[in-house]
Amino acid sequence: MKAPRITDSCLRDGSHPMRHQFTVEQVRTLARALDEAGVPVIEVSHGDGLGGSSIQYGFSHTPEMELISAAREVCARAKIAVLLLPGVGTQNELREAARRGATVVRIATQCTEADVSQQHFGLAKELGMEALGFLMMAHMRPPELLAEQAALMESYGADGVYVVDSAGAMLPGDATARVRALKNAIRGDVGFHAHNNLGFALGNSLAALEAGAAQIDGCLRGLGAGSGNAPTELLAAMLDKLGLESGLDTFKLCDAAEHLLAPMMPFQPIPNRDAITIGYAGVYSTFLLHARRAGEQFGLDPRDILVELGRRKAMAGQEDWILDVAQDLARAKKAKTP
Amino acid sequence: MPTPRIKAAILGSGNIGSDLMFKLLRDPGALELSLFAGIDPASDGLARARAHGIATSDRGIAAILEDRDIKIVFDATSAKAHARHAAALAAAGKIAIDLTPAARGPYVVPPANLREHLDASNVNLITCGGQATIPLVHAVGRVTPVAYAEIVSTVASRSAGPGTRQNIDEFTFTTARGLEVIGGAKAAKALIILNPAEPPIMMRNTIYVLPAGDFDEAAVTQSLEHMTAEVQRYVPGYRLKGAPVFDSIRTPAGPRRTITLLLEVTGAGDYLPAYAGNLDIMTASACRVAQVFAERLLASAA
Repeated sequence: MKAPRITDSCLRDGSHPMRHQFTVEQVRTLARALDEAGVPVIEVSHGDGLGGSSIQYGFSHTPEMELISAAREVCARAKIAVLLLPGVGTQNELREAARRGATVVRIATQCTEADVSQQHFGLAKELGMEALGFLMMAHMRPPELLAEQAALMESYGADGVYVVDSAGAMLPGDATARVRALKNAIRGDVGFHAHNNLGFALGNSLAALEAGAAQIDGCLRGLGAGSGNAPTELLAAMLDKLGLESGLDTFKLCDAAEHLLAPMMPFQPIPNRDAITIGYAGVYSTFLLHARRAGEQFGLDPRDILVELGRRKAMAGQEDWILDVAQDLARAKKAKTP
Repeated sequence: MPTPRIKAAILGSGNIGSDLMFKLLRDPGALELSLFAGIDPASDGLARARAHGIATSDRGIAAILEDRDIKIVFDATSAKAHARHAAALAAAGKIAIDLTPAARGPYVVPPANLREHLDASNVNLITCGGQATIPLVHAVGRVTPVAYAEIVSTVASRSAGPGTRQNIDEFTFTTARGLEVIGGAKAAKALIILNPAEPPIMMRNTIYVLPAGDFDEAAVTQSLEHMTAEVQRYVPGYRLKGAPVFDSIRTPAGPRRTITLLLEVTGAGDYLPAYAGNLDIMTASACRVAQVFAERLLASAA
């Protein structure tokens, strides 16, 4: 087994629990520490990808382009990656990110909608970037269908495709089956991005690795949406224990997680009752804070909102449905109260 | 004596063209559909039109240009094709109603700005998200200045065709521009999400409006109600879910009051399925625009 390439996404996925309030200074501190600990790729963007700063998802405190430049400036070795969701961000933001030094782009679509990404892969290759597909909410479709979508992305120019467990709803067997199916369908790398809502972020990452994943995502201190992602420092420790030469410095990562990142964090994401519900109902991890807010606003249990969103088959990025569901539930509750 | 009518043609024999045909057959108003033109002799659309007794041609725009009596042409082809068609139609003195993203003529949203473009020879329908959301942003804007408008259109995967998918950025740019130019927002942003759920979901739009200053909630609500009723005249399945939500959010410039609107658009189901409200609102708006032009042509001829 070969060591996978690790991408740290605490400066992108971690933007969700940070409520998109990262500052230039924080990004410089964290990017430098990750670079020094040997992390080869660092993702920096609004949590919902380039152009995500909005009422729908939350406004960025600092424009993401400034954060990308800040990360680029302090990294000696690491590549800077950005996330792009077609329909949210556009080719304009991708051009600007490349101009500021991003050399990797992860182009994310719902796991059934790969064909909205063709023009973005085209531009990424034109800009000379490494372009990876990101099939979100991958638990919602069987492995064969995901493999077809991955092959489509490869036909557009993707250098590799990730299985993205956006809901943290998979068990290790689900991760294994999906990574295997993609391995058989594409020539490029297969990657895996985990969330920890059911407590399987690390276990699923290991299963993906054993099934042949060549790229794995982590977030320092697990800082990501919902109950967070596979902690990068734990991935590093795991790779050491497997005897794989990852190039990561486990202790440096532990120090950065504890001494640099933890003091910046408003809370430690863990699989608590709402986050477990997200994994259980199979909804987008970023719904967590939005559902809590709607719960407070309408006097509802966030769990009821999340379960209903799962029943309605809400997809990635559909934060606006939370208000809709909360209104409906509040109306139904009022009708029941005598 | 039969009622005088203006002759119209549909260019493009796909789903949009077919839905336009059924709308004109159901409710011709001041229009007479005299030709349905495509370029594929074997297309289902042309066969369907023939079965309904409509004259058809597989020679595309050439057949339309040959008929001097055709005054209004719906272009339901593609942006690339319309770029060619626009000049030819203008030279022939025909009014073009452009349902592609080509946008050679001004953007129109019937209840917001059609009156300003009654002399135009080519008008563009923007995007489905634009037709759905711009009227409501405009309705807020006529009561209080709008600093920022943001919309999220969620459509069923099955109702998003290859044109939309291959150029999804076009939706984002064009809709945002329409929200600014016609909606009156100083800045705007548009997001689109495809949802693959089965059975397919109805077209849903969330509209966030951030007024520039303080505003009268009752006046905003009333203006929105009037506008909704006006759109319902040509899109019966257009409805606001619940009352407007007045809230406050954190922005980079400090806390700001917002208005959030949840809009559902159910299609009329003329040819396209009811869930495809995004496509229906395009064809319904196009028909509404054509009726207004036709009535004007009849009045000037009388």
